[in-house]
Amino acid sequence: MESNNRIGLSKNDYVGKPSTLCKGCGHDSITNAITQAYFELGVPPYEVAKFSGIGCSSKTPAYFIDRAHGFNGVHGRMPSVATGAKLANRRLTIIGVSGDGDTASIGLGHFCHSARRNVDMTYIIENNGTYGLTKGQFSATSDTGSKNKRGVPNIWPVIDCCVLAIELGASFVARSFSGDRKQVISLLKAAYSHKGFALLDIISPCVTFNNHDGSTKSYTFCKEHDVPLQELGYVPAAENIHVEMKEGEVRDIELHDGSHLTLKKLDREYDPSSKMGAFHAIEEARKSHTLLTGLLYINPLQKDLDSILNLTDTPLISLGENELVPGAEVLKKINQSLK
Amino acid sequence: MSAPIINDFSIRVATANGTGSQSSNTILFKSLFRMGIGVCAKNLFPSNIQGLPTWFQIRVSPKGYQNLREEDDIVVLMNPETAHEDLARVHAGASVFYNADLIRFNKEELKSGTVLYALPVEELAKKIVDAKLRTLLKNVIYVGALAALYKIDKETLVSVIQDQFKNKAAAVSANLHALELGIEFASENLKKADKYEFKKGTVNTDKIIIDGNTACALGAIYGGCTVVAWYPITPSSSLAETMESYLAQFRTDSDGKAKYAIVQAEDELASIGMVIGAGWAGVRAMTATSGPGISLMNEFIGLAYYAEVPAVIVDVQRVGPSTGLPTRTQQGDILECAQASHGDTKHVLLFPSSPGESFEMMQAAFDLADRLQTVVFVMSDLDLGMNSWVDQELNYSEKKFDRGKVLGEKQLDQVKQFGRYLDVDKDSICYRTLPGTNHIKGAYFLRGTGHDEFSRYTESPEMFMKNMERLLNKWHSAKRFVPEPILSGQPKSKVGMIAYGTTHHAVAEVLDRVKSTPLKYLRVRAYPFTADVEDFVRSCDRVFVVEQNRDGQLRQLLEIDIPGHQQKFRSIKCYGGFPISADFVQRELEKELGTR
Repeated sequence: MESNNRIGLSKNDYVGKPSTLCKGCGHDSITNAITQAYFELGVPPYEVAKFSGIGCSSKTPAYFIDRAHGFNGVHGRMPSVATGAKLANRRLTIIGVSGDGDTASIGLGHFCHSARRNVDMTYIIENNGTYGLTKGQFSATSDTGSKNKRGVPNIWPVIDCCVLAIELGASFVARSFSGDRKQVISLLKAAYSHKGFALLDIISPCVTFNNHDGSTKSYTFCKEHDVPLQELGYVPAAENIHVEMKEGEVRDIELHDGSHLTLKKLDREYDPSSKMGAFHAIEEARKSHTLLTGLLYINPLQKDLDSILNLTDTPLISLGENELVPGAEVLKKINQSLK
Repeated sequence: MSAPIINDFSIRVATANGTGSQSSNTILFKSLFRMGIGVCAKNLFPSNIQGLPTWFQIRVSPKGYQNLREEDDIVVLMNPETAHEDLARVHAGASVFYNADLIRFNKEELKSGTVLYALPVEELAKKIVDAKLRTLLKNVIYVGALAALYKIDKETLVSVIQDQFKNKAAAVSANLHALELGIEFASENLKKADKYEFKKGTVNTDKIIIDGNTACALGAIYGGCTVVAWYPITPSSSLAETMESYLAQFRTDSDGKAKYAIVQAEDELASIGMVIGAGWAGVRAMTATSGPGISLMNEFIGLAYYAEVPAVIVDVQRVGPSTGLPTRTQQGDILECAQASHGDTKHVLLFPSSPGESFEMMQAAFDLADRLQTVVFVMSDLDLGMNSWVDQELNYSEKKFDRGKVLGEKQLDQVKQFGRYLDVDKDSICYRTLPGTNHIKGAYFLRGTGHDEFSRYTESPEMFMKNMERLLNKWHSAKRFVPEPILSGQPKSKVGMIAYGTTHHAVAEVLDRVKSTPLKYLRVRAYPFTADVEDFVRSCDRVFVVEQNRDGQLRQLLEIDIPGHQQKFRSIKCYGGFPISADFVQRELEKELGTR
């Protein structure tokens, strides 16, 4: 039995309705990781607002943090709704869950522009390379040549959402695998602490339509080809960083809220502050058919949407009528200027 | 010469787009306004930045009617491309000013009685040293010529020019120089040979010049709007742009930070998505667009209807279908907006007819959206939105915002349970909570899929229908809150006219003109129709519905919503893209009534 978190809540306060997805669905692992991460972080549930579009992935916000408001909108348009809510109330912690159809096809434009605006949110793509809810069509993140359930190979080039996001101005871009619970949780925590657009492209196998031999998004394929970039550690702001590793082995990144993300080097040098380095690594991985996971890119100093718009510190929702209406005298002057 | 015609005639200025004509036309229009003359102006412009024909029409009338006459009395022909066509349209007694350096007329083209005033504009313009300014100032020369011949007050002209180019001394002096060139030439070379005269008046004392988009923008600010998301589209772009500049002026806090958010979105879908997200989170949010934008927003509009999220959409209507005539006016989106999105949907529409009403209705729209938790459309149009209107000063309202039914933390303490779609008050309007509410009972999961009273997913047919019936009742209940229609004319008459929006001005003038014909007139200001509209239809034997679209869109709604009176309705329709006029309505009406 786990004890309560720093704000006195139990893990039960972070769960949602029972999942109605297929047994063994990768998405459910992500749901559990979100529950665990937010519980461990001690995020007040009422500060969270959950968003999604349409598809299997988009059902999942109902399955975590029931005590938070949620908004399940229309296909592909989750980022715009989340952006509007964030503008209205900058104190909200925004978590959006999307899928590969939702993000890389019908909603590609909105995905691009929310990354470009660096909206302060965690944007999760539960990426299974297939349209599950409409029974197994290829999505735009299916690798060329990857086979569907009937054995037909995908003839179209693949869209890599991480490459796009880095190019377009997202300030936190990571890829992970739903089977690597530890990594997913660390990334979720770091994304929470990051101020700006944090993309988590999580490969999440579809057990029903995309888990067969010949698929590059199956459990077996992902497990065999997963190459983590770093071993990630998350240290909350309240705790002192204590890293028991040799100097030079660990890179430490201070996040917006004072917490730290530690990146323990594995077998290669990787600099997540370099866009070009990230592009190079992703392209190399694609060529060698490996699934490169971990923190691909981060820029903790990049201005987020609220800062770009120079929004007042008081959330717009909290401004009273007297602060919003310019008043009778001002209107008199306006009338005068229009004569 | 026959008796003079004072303050009751029309001027048409024909220029090419992008030649500075807007500025010179405004100088003329504003000067007449400041001279206290009843004046109306409309800009008929192409979908183009430079080179295509543009016409600016000014009508002066003792009452200041805000619609144009079909005939022009004074024409100013600066554009050689349209000069011959424009000349063919004038009546025999008209006065014609023309750029004689570029335009030559044949004898056959001229009607007897036409008074010609030749202006050597190119020759005169040579005196303007700056070559760049020369093209832009040629049009000010015509203003000078008119000023000299018709005795437009020079002091007023100078004051208008000074106000127009505030802080730009060079521009002021260049314009004054061009004006002087026109005045000097006309005084020395032209002899007035027509009967048109301006006379100073007092009809504009409490009036302002304002376009509907500016009025909507100010209305939204006074209505407490804090989040605006929009995508550029003619004729609505200037609404968002004007709003941005006023917001920066009035809603910047002492630290220089913004108490508003305005985002130019990637498309109309994102615009309405942001508005709905913001509305759900509890602020007053809006977008401004035109017909093509509404088409794109349809799916989201259905979500806001079904999941009950407040949102305000201004539709500055232009000519459709498709890209249509992007810079011309129409009331062509009535049906599109009344039932936007798939499935059974019904929306609330407001029909402002003037800038003053745009200002008021924007404020009302935010109250309605919050009260009814739904999308409210403000149905402006290009004529209203982009033309400069002479209207009453904007009226400050002391009325407090109606934020509708929102449960905060304290109220949640007092309720036994919270269900987002529980009809607690039995008025079909439920209580909502906002994200960020720190209460264990507060959260709910909004969805566009089938939901029960607690917003849980359900596919139950009974629950689905129960919810849809409640939404229908809620829409009907809007009748209690929307602006009521306005009745005028002869109340006992059995012949009625119905109009809405900008069509009002033509119809109101017709009523003044045909006093001997017993007519009554109802100006509809909102959809759904209130009981007054039904009573009006019942009390008539015939009802002429005047509107600016092909299919009689409001008439169709009247036929559906007030059943049993279909045979009474006749349409009077003007939908070619130029604003409807009293001349047109009177002619069509008299044809129908057999009084012509």
